[in-house]
Amino acid sequence: MSDPREATLGTAAIEFIPESAPDAKAFLSVRDLRVHFPTDDGLVKAVDGISFDVERGSILGIVGESGSGKSVTSQAILGLHTGTSAKLSGEIWFDDKNLLAASEKELRALRGAEIAVIFQDPLSAMHPYYKVGAQISEAYLVHNKVSHAEARKATIAMLDRVGIPNPAARYEDYPHHFSGGMRQRAMIAMALVCQPRLLIADEPTTSLDVTVQAQILELMKDLAKELDSAVILITHDLGVVAETCDSVVVMYGGQCVEKGSVDQLFYEPEMPYTWGLLGSMPRLDRTRQARLTPIAGQPPSLIQVPKGCVFNPRCRYIDRVPGNRCKTEHPELVETTTKGHEVRCHIRPAERRQIFDNEILPSL
Amino acid sequence: MIRFIIRRLLGAAVVVWIVSVVTFVIFQLAPTLSHQSPIYYYIAKQPPPVGSVQFKELEHAFGFDRPLFQQYWFWLSNIFHSHTISNGTGETSSCHFPCLGYSFKLHTPVSTLIWQALPVSLSLAVGASILWLVGGVLVGTISGLRPGSLFDRVGMIGTLTAVSIPIFFTGPILLLLVVYQWKWLPDVSYAPLTKDPAQWLRSMILPWIALAFAFAALYARLTRANMMETMGEDFIRTARAKGLPRRTVVVKHGLRAALTPIVTIFAIDLGTLIGSTVITETVFNLRGLGWLSIQSIRTKDLPVIMGVTIVAAIALVLANLIADIMYAVIDPRVRFS
Repeated sequence: MSDPREATLGTAAIEFIPESAPDAKAFLSVRDLRVHFPTDDGLVKAVDGISFDVERGSILGIVGESGSGKSVTSQAILGLHTGTSAKLSGEIWFDDKNLLAASEKELRALRGAEIAVIFQDPLSAMHPYYKVGAQISEAYLVHNKVSHAEARKATIAMLDRVGIPNPAARYEDYPHHFSGGMRQRAMIAMALVCQPRLLIADEPTTSLDVTVQAQILELMKDLAKELDSAVILITHDLGVVAETCDSVVVMYGGQCVEKGSVDQLFYEPEMPYTWGLLGSMPRLDRTRQARLTPIAGQPPSLIQVPKGCVFNPRCRYIDRVPGNRCKTEHPELVETTTKGHEVRCHIRPAERRQIFDNEILPSL
Repeated sequence: MIRFIIRRLLGAAVVVWIVSVVTFVIFQLAPTLSHQSPIYYYIAKQPPPVGSVQFKELEHAFGFDRPLFQQYWFWLSNIFHSHTISNGTGETSSCHFPCLGYSFKLHTPVSTLIWQALPVSLSLAVGASILWLVGGVLVGTISGLRPGSLFDRVGMIGTLTAVSIPIFFTGPILLLLVVYQWKWLPDVSYAPLTKDPAQWLRSMILPWIALAFAFAALYARLTRANMMETMGEDFIRTARAKGLPRRTVVVKHGLRAALTPIVTIFAIDLGTLIGSTVITETVFNLRGLGWLSIQSIRTKDLPVIMGVTIVAAIALVLANLIADIMYAVIDPRVRFS
């Protein structure tokens, strides 16, 4: 195995040959996605009108607090809400197919093969009764017409590629034999064994040791590049976003409140919630020992979403908008003066920049 | 895995030993503590007057003249080595391993009585358990996959009803309708499987159904609850995310995990049933261990009571052992902890 990449591609390369020049056209396009769950207490609007595009080979970060609708969005893309009480509307275009209108059979053919997920907690995400290798082979076998021996070979090559030492022996181990970091590597192998074009990483490093987090992210990034897969990285860790992503969607209360490129979000953030996130992020690259500023208040109830701007109960700047509009009028997601940077906020753009430069930036 | 089995075997042996001590203390020692000679219960007739030569001879023969610990040892060792049992008035029996005593009431060695009764109890318990396991798991799985559906609601009301009806009601009703009213089955008595399989089957069908009825309902509810819980697990989401067909997700990933706790309960239920199907045996006139124990209690036939108790306890210990081993086979995490 001189070239691990060759070993990884192996037989699968015949099934799917990555196009030589990745065009910049978005191949995943989510339009006005809503996921609502009817419950006894009322309608839970877990995701309420979110739109974004993912370009081939790019990495999109979705950030937000717990319960902001990040994971629900990713599961909607996989069509995993079928069979539950969830009500979905909007469109999810994958190439020329609307996944929300696709049949379960069509979705099944895409799951694992074209769109794969790395889940948050690999211990509970893997079946405790089956060998790690068998679980990865299973994903390979269901999408490729190959023998068990070939699937095993592809799996071992993939385990080797994700950095698991002695992969042929580890193939026979159960998930509980693996350490947390190794388990997440195996999870990545499981997601990538069919060389999907879209990889959804749902908080892939949350349950891991900090020292392992960076390795796992690096590995994921490398592999996505190697296989020409686009990545949606769901996280609440802005540091991870800054290091990894090309563009970012900030979610709050089931809505997108700001989106743009990583540079736009980190150097010219315009939404008070994004400011709050940046202010509460610990940083090691600053000498000043400033205290972290938490965002006051609690995330909103998804049953009784605040009237007006969804962030208004926690926003420190609602008095900057005349006429109490923050509490009465729902702001639209509007493009700022920079292209591709969209913000959902009533504060005038010039004033937003002024607040950020004068009040937020000095304390970051 | 082998070390695991050896450990469990040793554990089972210890439990069997404890059972032997408890059985000895309860049945052999209890009458002594109340200043009564237990000899009466052994020889099945009025013993000679206390203090007479014959009485002392009997006491010596049954070991009651020894200190307590020696009495236990005497009783235990008598199970393993051949000896002659006499009631002091001419009736004697030679007893070989496993010597559980001799019933002077029934003029039969206890082991013979148990060997006659055990196949009946085994047939009843095993046959019924297969019925309820298949039926209960099937209903429970379908219900658990679609909680709140019509099937689920009807099924759960049905199982609640089935759990609530006792066997001494379902049994006679079944007999009345199936045998006497509709005459679908002949009124036959038990025949050993090895001698007449057809009659064995005909005689066992109704007892199986009656016994399985309540258990099936219980297992349906258990399976449903486990299935619902398992289908919400992260690894099920992973299985779906891999693009596996629904049947694979449900059976290979869901059912296997959902059934694990049921396997344990099943083995223990089966083990318990072998000595405790008293009502079913009575209703259907089957002479199994349950019937034997009731008979021997009624006639104060102490050797038989002790023998049945020990055999039933060993059956339960064995069932537990099998449950443990099966658990380890199913769940790889158990093997190493």
